[in-house]
Amino acid sequence: MTGLSIKSISMRFDLPDGGHVQALQDVNLDLKAGELLSVLGPSGCGKTTLLNIVAGFLAPTEGQVVLNGNRVEGPDAERGMVFQQGALFEWMSVRENVGFGPSMKGMPSAEKAEIVDHLLDVVGLQDFKEKAVYELSGGMQQRVSLARCLANDPDVILMDEPLGALDALTREKMQSLVLKLWKETGKTIILITHSVEEALLLGERLLVMAPRPGRIHKEYRLPFADLGVGQDLREVKKHPEFNERREEILGMIWDMEEEIMGRSEESA
Amino acid sequence: MIPFLVYLAIFIAAFYVVRYITQKTAIQDYTSLKTVTFGDESAVRSNRAASVISIATIFVIWGAFTGSTLLPKFMHAPGPFVGDTSFTYTAELPDGSTDDATVYFHVHETNAEPVERALEDSEGFAKDDFAAVAMWRSKLLRVDRNDDVTKSDGAQVVAIDGQAIAPGEKVDVAGGTVTLSDKGTPNFQPSTGWQMEPIWLPSPEAVVKRTIDIASEGFQGSTLWEHLGFSLYRVVLGFVLGALVGIPLGYAMGLSDWFRGWFDPIVEFMRPVPPLALIPLVIIWAGIGETGKIILLFLAALWIMAIAARSGVSGVKISKVHAAYSLGASKFQIMRHVIVPNSLPEIFTGARVAMGVCWGTVVAAELVAAEKGAGKMIVAASKFQNTDIVIMGIILIGIIGFGIDVLMRYAEKVLVPWKGKG
Repeated sequence: MTGLSIKSISMRFDLPDGGHVQALQDVNLDLKAGELLSVLGPSGCGKTTLLNIVAGFLAPTEGQVVLNGNRVEGPDAERGMVFQQGALFEWMSVRENVGFGPSMKGMPSAEKAEIVDHLLDVVGLQDFKEKAVYELSGGMQQRVSLARCLANDPDVILMDEPLGALDALTREKMQSLVLKLWKETGKTIILITHSVEEALLLGERLLVMAPRPGRIHKEYRLPFADLGVGQDLREVKKHPEFNERREEILGMIWDMEEEIMGRSEESA
Repeated sequence: MIPFLVYLAIFIAAFYVVRYITQKTAIQDYTSLKTVTFGDESAVRSNRAASVISIATIFVIWGAFTGSTLLPKFMHAPGPFVGDTSFTYTAELPDGSTDDATVYFHVHETNAEPVERALEDSEGFAKDDFAAVAMWRSKLLRVDRNDDVTKSDGAQVVAIDGQAIAPGEKVDVAGGTVTLSDKGTPNFQPSTGWQMEPIWLPSPEAVVKRTIDIASEGFQGSTLWEHLGFSLYRVVLGFVLGALVGIPLGYAMGLSDWFRGWFDPIVEFMRPVPPLALIPLVIIWAGIGETGKIILLFLAALWIMAIAARSGVSGVKISKVHAAYSLGASKFQIMRHVIVPNSLPEIFTGARVAMGVCWGTVVAAELVAAEKGAGKMIVAASKFQNTDIVIMGIILIGIIGFGIDVLMRYAEKVLVPWKGKG
């Protein structure tokens, strides 16, 4: 059985004052191998908690995550993670960062060098191989992050707002790169984002989550990710359905935000 | 007081002079074109000219107020009076008759041969006197001793240079002042000028000369290099031992609940205890030998290094650790490839602080009790009023402390170039 399934996951934190927070409630999801899922939602809806559970950094209070028939019990190289920023090792060169996973496995250096070279070609950083990562721009650093994750050849790639800190132009280039890598490698990808446009462009499937308690609000299947592969993403954005969906989802999130505000006003 | 006023005057004058000169040749770089400089720390750059003048001023003032031969004569502050001078005194007898006589004084250099001079017999009952005195010193002169009528016969000194004087009062004369003692004997104090006496502050060249002497001959049975070398050796050994124990302890405290809970109270309590306060206890337990010093410096470095390593571990961004786990690293690999390199900048900062503290502590410990060492050297010198050795010692201690810091900063730049770049 290949693919990732999230089975009725709930997450409840106890607070020091005796209360508790229901971060996630009964979340169910099945992802086939090679699917690209984007997750969207207002702040506090448990997106990042969900991702951390899938990555194995957090244990859910109920339910389980199963990858390829094996229950997830902790972090592992089969589930790679790309962080927003600041997760690169600044004491290593670009080459050493990308080769980190293979090094940990004790891969022979010739084989490792081949993988690293190939990935640096893919992300277009061959000329920056020996540079320290802090000498690179933000967009380049995220490309190193992507390459580092791919070097380990994980089954699932988890992305926690990987493009959130980039400027609009760099972000668009990186979105194309993510699509290209997805198509070329055929990896299962879960991408968390704050941007509705990004979620629409990159999500083959799109999950809108609602807060308090965190749960899946609505799911979409979208054609834009396939359309966008090797395409100018600005063309995709002109698609009439794109605008329609965007307005719909924006409205949905807007309503949730208003509801949160209303609720907090009541309680205040 | 006068040296401080001179210093202030040079400070202000140099400011205007440098500003006047640099206005004409100002470079227009980005910072100099900023209009907001008051409050913008980045716009405040150390003025090189000010630094150079500042150092030069210290030496010039030092030289001027010690009569240094390195400075031309006209730059010297007024020095002590040297040469011949005289004043007259008026003696009065109980019957009211008075007579004047002259006192000749020869003020000579500190170590000069005493001078004798014969005086002609003068008229009247009061006779002229002669005395020699070394500069900086004063002399109580029984002027009546050679007079026809002495004090015991009722003669009294009532005026100096024609100015009336009573016991306890003071009169200015050429080349100094005369004070009448309580018993009516004139006391001549040659004027000292503004300069410092060498036993309080020797001139720069005297310090340099003494440095060369001590470097070749040694002081108190050890050469200068032995004194300094012993201090340095203690610092390095104490620091290394402190780091060897402190860094693993700090890591353990950063990585385990139990270790943190166990050692936090100890470390947090010991950290604010000044190492100097431990000196008496260390002397009681370990004596004044090497062991005691090394234990003291070990303790001085230990807590600093433990805290630096602990905060180095806490400073690791959790996303880096998560990333490493997701890339398949084991706990040992995370320690070796993530936590250690990530904490090195903090450890280097701690090491710099610890070396500074150790250097200060070793000097203090040697002041209290030691056989050899920089602190021992200056405290021994101070007991013989060898101010030149004391000043030399202070300067050398300062240079070594500064050198240690420069070396540590250089090592930091070479070994942890990623500091502050995460």
